[in-house]
Amino acid sequence: MSTELKTVEGITKESTQAMIDEVLELYPEKGKKKRAAHLAPNDQASGSACVKSNKKTVPGVMSARGCAYAGAKGVVWGPIRDMVHVSHGPVGCGWYSWGTRRNLMSGITGVNSFPMQFTSDFQEKDVVYGGDKKLATLLQEAKDLFPLAKGISVLSECPVGLIGDDINQVAKVAAKELDIPVIPCNCEGFRGVSQSLGHHISNDTIRDYIIETREFPEPIGPYDIALIGEYNIGGDAWSTKPLLEECGFNVKAVWTGDGEMDRIAATHQVKLNVIHCYRSMNYMCKVMEEKYGIPWIELNFFGPTKIRESLRKLAELFDDNIKAKVEAVIAKYDPQMQAIIDEYKPRLDGKKVMLYVGGLRPRHTINAYEDLGMTCVGSGYEFAHTDDYDRTASEMPDATVVYDDASEIEMEHFAHILKPDLIGSGIKEKYLFQKMAIPFRQMHSWDYSGPYHGYKGFPIFARDIDMAVNSPTWKLVEAPF
Amino acid sequence: MRQIAIYGKGGIGKSTTTQNTVAGLASLGKKVMIVGCDPKADSTRLILHAKAQSTVMDLVRELGTVEDLELEDVLKVGYGDVKCVESGGPEPGVGCAGRGVITAINFLEENGAYTSDLDFVFYDVLGDVVCGGFAMPIRENKAEEIYIVCSGEMMAMYAANNIAKGILKYASSGKVRLGGLICNSRNTDREDELIEALAAKLGTQMIHFVPRDNQVQRAELRRMTVIEYSPEHKQADEYRELARKISENKMLVVPTPLTMDELEELLMEFGIMEADDESVVGVAEAASK
Repeated sequence: MSTELKTVEGITKESTQAMIDEVLELYPEKGKKKRAAHLAPNDQASGSACVKSNKKTVPGVMSARGCAYAGAKGVVWGPIRDMVHVSHGPVGCGWYSWGTRRNLMSGITGVNSFPMQFTSDFQEKDVVYGGDKKLATLLQEAKDLFPLAKGISVLSECPVGLIGDDINQVAKVAAKELDIPVIPCNCEGFRGVSQSLGHHISNDTIRDYIIETREFPEPIGPYDIALIGEYNIGGDAWSTKPLLEECGFNVKAVWTGDGEMDRIAATHQVKLNVIHCYRSMNYMCKVMEEKYGIPWIELNFFGPTKIRESLRKLAELFDDNIKAKVEAVIAKYDPQMQAIIDEYKPRLDGKKVMLYVGGLRPRHTINAYEDLGMTCVGSGYEFAHTDDYDRTASEMPDATVVYDDASEIEMEHFAHILKPDLIGSGIKEKYLFQKMAIPFRQMHSWDYSGPYHGYKGFPIFARDIDMAVNSPTWKLVEAPF
Repeated sequence: MRQIAIYGKGGIGKSTTTQNTVAGLASLGKKVMIVGCDPKADSTRLILHAKAQSTVMDLVRELGTVEDLELEDVLKVGYGDVKCVESGGPEPGVGCAGRGVITAINFLEENGAYTSDLDFVFYDVLGDVVCGGFAMPIRENKAEEIYIVCSGEMMAMYAANNIAKGILKYASSGKVRLGGLICNSRNTDREDELIEALAAKLGTQMIHFVPRDNQVQRAELRRMTVIEYSPEHKQADEYRELARKISENKMLVVPTPLTMDELEELLMEFGIMEADDESVVGVAEAASK
């Protein structure tokens, strides 16, 4: 983490607060009071959160949040490639969460990889009479059709929690009969204030049903690590895993991008957990630390500065062999990365970016933009907690605006005043800002691109940002400011 | 810790019986928690001397999310150090009371309400198991013992038999068992014999016959259990006796519910029901003259 105070010309705590006060005036009294605590100027030196977070969305504002089911299916369980993931309930939740996150999978579909849509497709009769028998049938059919699947997760949609079906009992019986793990996940969408509770519930089910149920077939070594909170968006894990291996580590398991159940279940045997997305997987890191004494370290693989910093932090925990390899890797890639910077920085220098994403990106990607000469003038999360904002303070320039669970009107207003050259956010925000003639990148799924992680990802990231910011298209649209 | 669920027809006296029994157990030195699983939230008023305890769901509604709730906001301690929680839920005709039960019990589990010093947890459940939510108290790792409150009235016995059917479903896949029928007397004819006979057919026992006594109502007017209001009264002895029997009960069975014909035969045997006269079925009054 950098200790020097970063500032942006023209932005002071006062100017940011004035901008926030203006947008709050657009709200009715009650909404204003509630939203005020979620918007604030960053205090970089404090290293602690300046906003309130993880609270219920204010009714009436358009939120970018997802639900607990989305957190369980889309984020934690869904990416495990050799398991069947069942969306238990009506068909829509499973259908619209199918493939949209771009957590890529290797393997042969239907044999050892299941990027497919499994649902119990609830009908009226299933709500009235209960869906437990249907679920039991479905589990049997899934096993019959895909005998090589390593396990099945059952992800509850809202109606299951309302009618009170006991999926835990069905799963227990099925696990015994089918002789594979069947994991019931009570992640009904209405639970909690955002997808964040879905992450937590899923971590708990990994703790209760999966961890320590397998062992690695190969012998245990001193450089055995696991990569946690890496979801292989656009192939990210296919960049970070080989990078860590090049540094001399054995990446025994990836949680959960392109993940394998047996390896995740054996992770209690590793020496260290490297966590990338803290928000969605810190729970299991803490469980493994407490239960098996496995330390964990939070690293950032976006942009050469952070990659270098992260690899050295990691090497510090190991011997000279690793340290030497890490230095060799840095020495090998630094010139390549410098060439990328030399190519793109002249076109991006001084450009301003606003971020509004989930998980880790609102803080982890800031320095990658800075590597390209850009400045972050605002950042925020959909579903973060205080410990995420604590980690964000030192990454963001001082006095820039921090927004938690921001609404469209807030984002639009901030964009009018800050006049960013790029906004990195989600699909709901995309067209609003493109209509405002502001270049935009969909930063949940890397906008059909990627990977962005690691040395393999940075050239692609730089190319995409340049392509967005410097596209002549936007000059053809009249900006409203 | 023994977890016990009390079921029975609506209005049969489950809450009154539960609280008096719990007070009896407390007077025997047992540590008990009551979890009211009924949106009416009247399962703890006699222990707390309160009109209505603020419920888990009330506070969830106020705070917006269950994550913002603290255990001490909803767990109150009353007579005999009995811990009291009410799940709460909606007014009749709206929302989903069953989910309220699930939310409340999940909350109690996640927040460590089931402490190891407890000897008993009692779930006082809404009359009809209308959805999965009301079966929550008898899911795995929760109540493994059920008592059905009933009387010698026909509908109470129908209800008891129906509940036994529900228990059979859960007993076949889990550990839940029927501990007995509690007869809360309505002073019907040969009531004790009838409930004994029903219990025998269900494969269980009538664990206790609680006679009808207006002392219960006198205590209720003061929002107290008989045990607390008048510990020397003979009705207090009855509840202490019921508490002792439950505490010592070893007879836990998978029930054998009756078919409708068998139940009706039993009722006819005791003169509660007459045999159907098929010749009058569907014949209007005027046509029969």
